[in-house]
Amino acid sequence: MSAVQQPTVPVKSGAAGSAKFAGSDSRKYNYFDPKGRRATHYEDMTVDVQPDPKRYLLQDWIISFADGTPTYSENWTEAKSSDWHKYRSVDQEWERTHYQRQSTICGMIQNVVENGRRSGAPKRFDPAWVKILQDHLGAYKHAEFGLGTSTMQAQRYGYTQMINNAILTNSSYKIRFAQDLTLYLSEIGLDIGGFDENAGKAHWLQDPIWQGTRRAIETIGGATDFLEQYFAVNFVFEPLVGELFRSGFVMQAAASQNDFITPSVVSAAEGDYERNLANAVELFRMLVLDEAHGNHNRMLFKSWVEKHGSLALEAAHNLQPIWSQPRVKVAHFTEALELAKNRVRAIAAETDIDVRHVLEA
Amino acid sequence: MPDGISLTKITAQKGISIGEAAKRVADLGWTPSYVQEAMTFPTDYKIKKAPRDPMKQVLRSYFPMQEEKDNRVYGALDAALRGDMFRNVEPRWVEWMKLFLAIIPFPEISAARSMAMVARLAPGEELRTGFTMQMVDEFRHSTIQMNLKKWYMENYIDPAGFDITEAAFGRCYATTIGRQFAEGFVTGDAITSANIYLTVVAETAFTNTLFVAMPSEAARNGDYALPTVFLSVQSDESRHIGNGHSMLMSLINDPDNHQLIERDLRYAFWQNHAIVDAAIGVLIEYATTDRDKNKESYAELWHRWIYEDYYRTYMLPLEKYGIKIHHDDVSAAWDRMVKKNYVHKTAQFFSVGWPLNFWRIEAQTDKDFEWFEHKYPGWYAEFGDYWKWYAKLSKPGETIMTFNTETGYIYPHRCWSCMVPCLIREEIVCDEVDGKIYTYCSELCHWTHKTAFSAEYEGRSTPAMGRFSGRREWEDCYHGWDLADAITDLGFVRDDGKTLVPQPHLRFDDKEMWTLDHVRGHTLGSPLRTIRAMTPEARETHLAEYRKGFKINPLN
Ligand SMILES: [Fe+2]
Ligand SMILES: [Fe+2]
Repeated sequence: MSAVQQPTVPVKSGAAGSAKFAGSDSRKYNYFDPKGRRATHYEDMTVDVQPDPKRYLLQDWIISFADGTPTYSENWTEAKSSDWHKYRSVDQEWERTHYQRQSTICGMIQNVVENGRRSGAPKRFDPAWVKILQDHLGAYKHAEFGLGTSTMQAQRYGYTQMINNAILTNSSYKIRFAQDLTLYLSEIGLDIGGFDENAGKAHWLQDPIWQGTRRAIETIGGATDFLEQYFAVNFVFEPLVGELFRSGFVMQAAASQNDFITPSVVSAAEGDYERNLANAVELFRMLVLDEAHGNHNRMLFKSWVEKHGSLALEAAHNLQPIWSQPRVKVAHFTEALELAKNRVRAIAAETDIDVRHVLEA
Repeated sequence: MPDGISLTKITAQKGISIGEAAKRVADLGWTPSYVQEAMTFPTDYKIKKAPRDPMKQVLRSYFPMQEEKDNRVYGALDAALRGDMFRNVEPRWVEWMKLFLAIIPFPEISAARSMAMVARLAPGEELRTGFTMQMVDEFRHSTIQMNLKKWYMENYIDPAGFDITEAAFGRCYATTIGRQFAEGFVTGDAITSANIYLTVVAETAFTNTLFVAMPSEAARNGDYALPTVFLSVQSDESRHIGNGHSMLMSLINDPDNHQLIERDLRYAFWQNHAIVDAAIGVLIEYATTDRDKNKESYAELWHRWIYEDYYRTYMLPLEKYGIKIHHDDVSAAWDRMVKKNYVHKTAQFFSVGWPLNFWRIEAQTDKDFEWFEHKYPGWYAEFGDYWKWYAKLSKPGETIMTFNTETGYIYPHRCWSCMVPCLIREEIVCDEVDGKIYTYCSELCHWTHKTAFSAEYEGRSTPAMGRFSGRREWEDCYHGWDLADAITDLGFVRDDGKTLVPQPHLRFDDKEMWTLDHVRGHTLGSPLRTIRAMTPEARETHLAEYRKGFKINPLN
């Protein structure tokens, strides 16, 4: 250091680059390893916001439940991971992308329904089809709601922000769709004489056709393991019952009953599910491939497939009579169910989970 | 076009009203009969059917409305850059955003998680739907704030401190109070945490100071980005406050709950005061360069929002339901703000420990002194010399305040409850709980740990109540460490491996900046360990001394 130092000239601007000094170029969040070469915006918004004593939480969790369980615990699921923080959601959602997508869907549905109603379309639906929408789509909306409330519950428990946010957006999508169906049915009900708003819930609660589905949904809601809930929603119920009914029945049958609106409304849920499924596959794949705990997890997931798979299959079979209710029959239940099972097989193949014992039973 | 005819009228169709839509949507829920919902988060409260009409809202209007709000936010951020905001922004202000924005995203997302806890308990599906929207709102708040922080990091002259933000949050001796705040939303009795502490008190009483006072002060410092983001966040609060009030109304009709409501209102009000007023009070009063004497001080804002709005119009009306409101607590908090210099003492504490922070704190100057003295008469006599010392000791190589025997400063004990130190020295409480000695900043913080967070409350069993845990005294984590090693362990060193992230000035020049070598040779210690090691008599003498406080030696 020289004896005579230049006095510091005060920097006039607070803008990046207006002075050079140690750290003045450090313009990236630097406390986590990005999954790819560079951190994505989603990673910057998400990683490490929920802290962890194993990473940066110096003082550990500072409040606990009465039994000593800390604010977040790895024991809230039977599944085990060597590093929960490795998980990144596939859809990379943060608030902006989430609201953009949800809002676009709301706008799309509103347009379709408004235009359809303006042209008098609901009045031209086949009467037998109207009754199906009223009773069965009306019942099914409650199943979607149940998936939404289960995932809402589950988003409290994950060990990282990435896991919890993926489950949170899953919940948001499901609850939006349950509401979409509710309001859609209410609106076409205004155009169709004698449409009974309340029939759907009555069928949900009492119709034998729907009791298997309700039991499967309530079983997911009653699970105390949050990952079991997330698993059962996306790996079991959605493909075997949700998609079966939405794609395997409603989307296929509607056009022949003069209904071009319902498929557009329902298709949003298929788009949602593609994303939710991709996120879930990524997580369960990570757990199955875990070097220390892969086998344990695989056995655990197999037991979840057994528990929820048999309920979902029973639910699916109970729905079969619906396929013969339209006047014009296009979709075949057995084909639809086979597709649903193939979907589960495909998911299982990607995650190396054994589902044969349930599907072939 | 003739009067009364428009395209929308011609094409208008019969629709359903928002009230009707909300009612139908609420009918999506049902009472399970095959398997009951898992009640994994316990509460000691009893919840009956809600008598109140909750907010009416459905997601198909919610999402487009929120997207529109987002568009305005992101548009304004772009505009701020085009307008060269950072050329004129006050660095003193942006530095403190390293602290504020390190803390806030975790409480926000914790609020999202806590919605799971109240949703399962919500009496009625309309309220549960309200909680769903709040969950998505809080996801919005957390990530929109992370985005703002990244934006500062990319555009502000000194990004160090923003770059380590979430790691720093988990470790810093100042952010510990933010962690207490956030964990309080999600841990322990589900109603205590997710309803009373989070919504009935934090959101209803204290979000104005966070989300309205902060934006005003930001704008006065040339920061137009924070106001855009935080006013947008604030616009979601009225729905949350409505949700929380509905839930409270569903509890309040059962006299069995009154004792718990009374306990939780006391705990939550006091701890919110202790934490939020410490953090936000310092930001509003000390992070600013605006010394307009006509603007309201934090104390004046507090009087308007907490005393007039919250205490008089929200808390007091609860008395008619038979809830005992502790008026004394409110006036005690007020006294701490105006008579006992709570905010100023917190600013002193944050700055005295600057090497263990991760942002720059510059000294207050003559212009600041004048304003403080105007707003808080007597301020100069107590704090003037302190800040002069601080300025003098801001040159690299000076002995920092904590270890400088010339200044007269005495490092404080920590409060085991609120995690802020026992800064109002005459109010320190020291007591034994389950055979161990603890220190508290106040009688109510003592009560919070010893009486409220316990398995029993006034003879009634409270099995769902949470417990304090972890290494709550931050200083204990580095007991016996050299200061330089502790800073290295904290990660508060810049990318050259030696210059500190924190600096006690705003001089953006390497030769003015402190390095590890400048702080080496001082050993950190835990005041709690020290007091625990004392004999009872020595402890009493020590506490008596502590209560007398300290006097900063005059400079020159
Ligand atoms: Fe919030
Ligand atoms: Fe305290």
